[in-house]
Amino acid sequence: MNHEGVHRRKFSWDTFSSVATLIPSLILLGVFVYGFIAWTVYVSLTKWNSFIPDFSFAGLMNYMAIFNTYRFQSDLRNIVVFTVLFIVLCLVVGLALAILVDQKIKAEGFFRSIFIFPMAISFVVTGVVWSWILNPNTGVNLILKAFGWKSLPSWFLSTTITPSIPIGQIQLGIPIALLAVLIAAVWQMSGFAMAVYLAGLRAIADDIKEAARIDGAGAWRIFFSIILPQLKATTTTIIIILTAASLKIFGLIYAMTGPGQAFVTDMPSLNMFQTTFQGDAFAQGAAIAVVLLLLIAVFIIPYLISTLRQGENS
Amino acid sequence: MIRNRWLAVSAAALVTLSMTATVPALAASGAQGNLQIFSWWTGVASSKALRSLINVYTAEYPGMKVTNEAVAGGAGSNAKAVLASRMEAGNPPGTFQVHAGGGSLLSWVQAGDMTPLNSLYQSQGWYKVFPKSLLNLLTFNGKIYAVPVDMQRGNVLWYNPSIFKKYHLTAPKTFSQFFHDASVLKSHGITPLALANHGNWEATLLFSDVLLGTVGPQKYDQLLTGKMSWNTPGVKQAATTFAKMMSFTNKDFSALHWQQADQLVAQGKAAMNVMGDWAQGYFTTDLHLKPGSGFGWAPTPMTQGVFGVVSDVFGLPSKLKDSTPTMNFLKVLGSKKAQDIFNPLKGTFSPRLDSNPAKYDAYSRAAMKSYKKDKLVLVIGQGAVNPGFTNSFNNAMEIFVTDHNVNSFVSALETAAQTNPLS
Repeated sequence: MNHEGVHRRKFSWDTFSSVATLIPSLILLGVFVYGFIAWTVYVSLTKWNSFIPDFSFAGLMNYMAIFNTYRFQSDLRNIVVFTVLFIVLCLVVGLALAILVDQKIKAEGFFRSIFIFPMAISFVVTGVVWSWILNPNTGVNLILKAFGWKSLPSWFLSTTITPSIPIGQIQLGIPIALLAVLIAAVWQMSGFAMAVYLAGLRAIADDIKEAARIDGAGAWRIFFSIILPQLKATTTTIIIILTAASLKIFGLIYAMTGPGQAFVTDMPSLNMFQTTFQGDAFAQGAAIAVVLLLLIAVFIIPYLISTLRQGENS
Repeated sequence: MIRNRWLAVSAAALVTLSMTATVPALAASGAQGNLQIFSWWTGVASSKALRSLINVYTAEYPGMKVTNEAVAGGAGSNAKAVLASRMEAGNPPGTFQVHAGGGSLLSWVQAGDMTPLNSLYQSQGWYKVFPKSLLNLLTFNGKIYAVPVDMQRGNVLWYNPSIFKKYHLTAPKTFSQFFHDASVLKSHGITPLALANHGNWEATLLFSDVLLGTVGPQKYDQLLTGKMSWNTPGVKQAATTFAKMMSFTNKDFSALHWQQADQLVAQGKAAMNVMGDWAQGYFTTDLHLKPGSGFGWAPTPMTQGVFGVVSDVFGLPSKLKDSTPTMNFLKVLGSKKAQDIFNPLKGTFSPRLDSNPAKYDAYSRAAMKSYKKDKLVLVIGQGAVNPGFTNSFNNAMEIFVTDHNVNSFVSALETAAQTNPLS
């Protein structure tokens, strides 16, 4: 009897303390994340497009309005092009750097710090500095010119889109100006990919590589058949984190190029900010935010499902 | 009530997501003896001028604590976002900077966020000291909602006098003179018209002046107040002129801030630039040039006798708990004494008709003279029209400066005016 009582009290105290610890973050998450997502969705379905709040139901009017603009169509093109190129380049550069640092070199810590250092800088600072470096009249072009380069690139001022396939109101393709932004973004974030890859590389047991070597596998064979497959989980993690960073990108663009001529470097986040707070079109701004959220969900939900499955298996 | 609270919290959170400058929004406002002054005056000259204004106020009302809540950011773009969240949250600052006209000011009035100031004007005798045409820009349905503190001109063509002298040119009064000058300058390898458009409002300002010069002040006013359709031949003609002008500008305009365009003029790399007369402070203070010999100015083509008003005004938010500190501040703000201290420091001039010209430099004295006799109009992108229209206008301009497609530009303006009614 006595023993059971103590046990029960202990059990309930555990339950109580665990619930009590969770409650603050549950409330904060519930209100400030999911509550506001619901609120934003609601606002996007209203007619609140001026300072005077108007909550009458508008259906999908705001969504139709934004999808029908040159600017938002450009945004969708830009965000997809940017995200794909950004992730591919970060993965390639990050893995290359990680492999180099992993060669048991001297002063490894020094190089590791150098490569990861850009991540410590704010996107705004990166944007301003790179807008100076890539300014066609004052930046890196002066060096190219000194080397006798004839047709100097116009970097983020270019309005060329290649290949230029007309779809809707816009041209589909890769805006050249976006590549300049991409250089800055990859410079900043590839160090992060390196750090994660380095951890992944270190986790691969040396005896597997050793066994392969004894079996007569060359360096390339070991890389493609042993190292790369073992880095699959690491790669997934990097892709998910970089995708979230890329889709939300704001500061870098705002500081470096702004929307750009004919919106060649515009992003949904920038459009959302200007529509909401400079144009006072709160409902349309909310609609852009919801589309952005859906875009992120397309990438994140498959990841969540796969991690949940892994959790069940193990 | 509940709906309002939700609105408040959500507006605050929306802003917090994109910027972290909302902390003041949580601070209580309107406490006894405390006044929050909200502006985008963070530059060297303007913040110095604001401090001098605050000094006049605290000297007259000792014991008052003033909080300077200036938010940095080009042409107030960030400040307006922070202000919007505070107003929606029912937590306004004591008073705030806004441009005269049917832009943000009218939006606040329509939202019921402002208190009329007719009795203040009556008691201070301000109906006589400010021109009626200026007060008209602050009056809606017979009620006046703000006090003007400074005056700037939006339709100024700045030019390099030595270049003009060298090629025997005079400042263009008409568009055909402009294009004549421009081709002469181009043939000598000088960029005729410097353009900066990094902020995406500078090209809008230029177009606004071209439109004003093309259709004249009456029709221009009718367009801005929704009394005339934007699908009028004048708008198309102005767009065509503007597109032609674009072939005489520097190509890297979207990388430049307006100061850099004026720098090109000062250095002799470009001959002309169209910018508001805040550029004057840049020429004299930053580049140490003398008005007249170092830089020249003229009204933009075909706008002689018209003054494009860009005036900073302050009003009384209706949701304040205690309006006395604000009312006292507005009394100081509109006074001759404070305006003649504030404006020379800021590089602007006092909109009062009785201000003392001896306190101002050569440019401001000349501008003051035009202001007193010219017809006053507003400038698109500088508080003239509602924010929704302005945003759509800027978006259309971002495309037009690249593709020069007159028809799609004009139809975009027409759509913008339909979605964001101007009347």
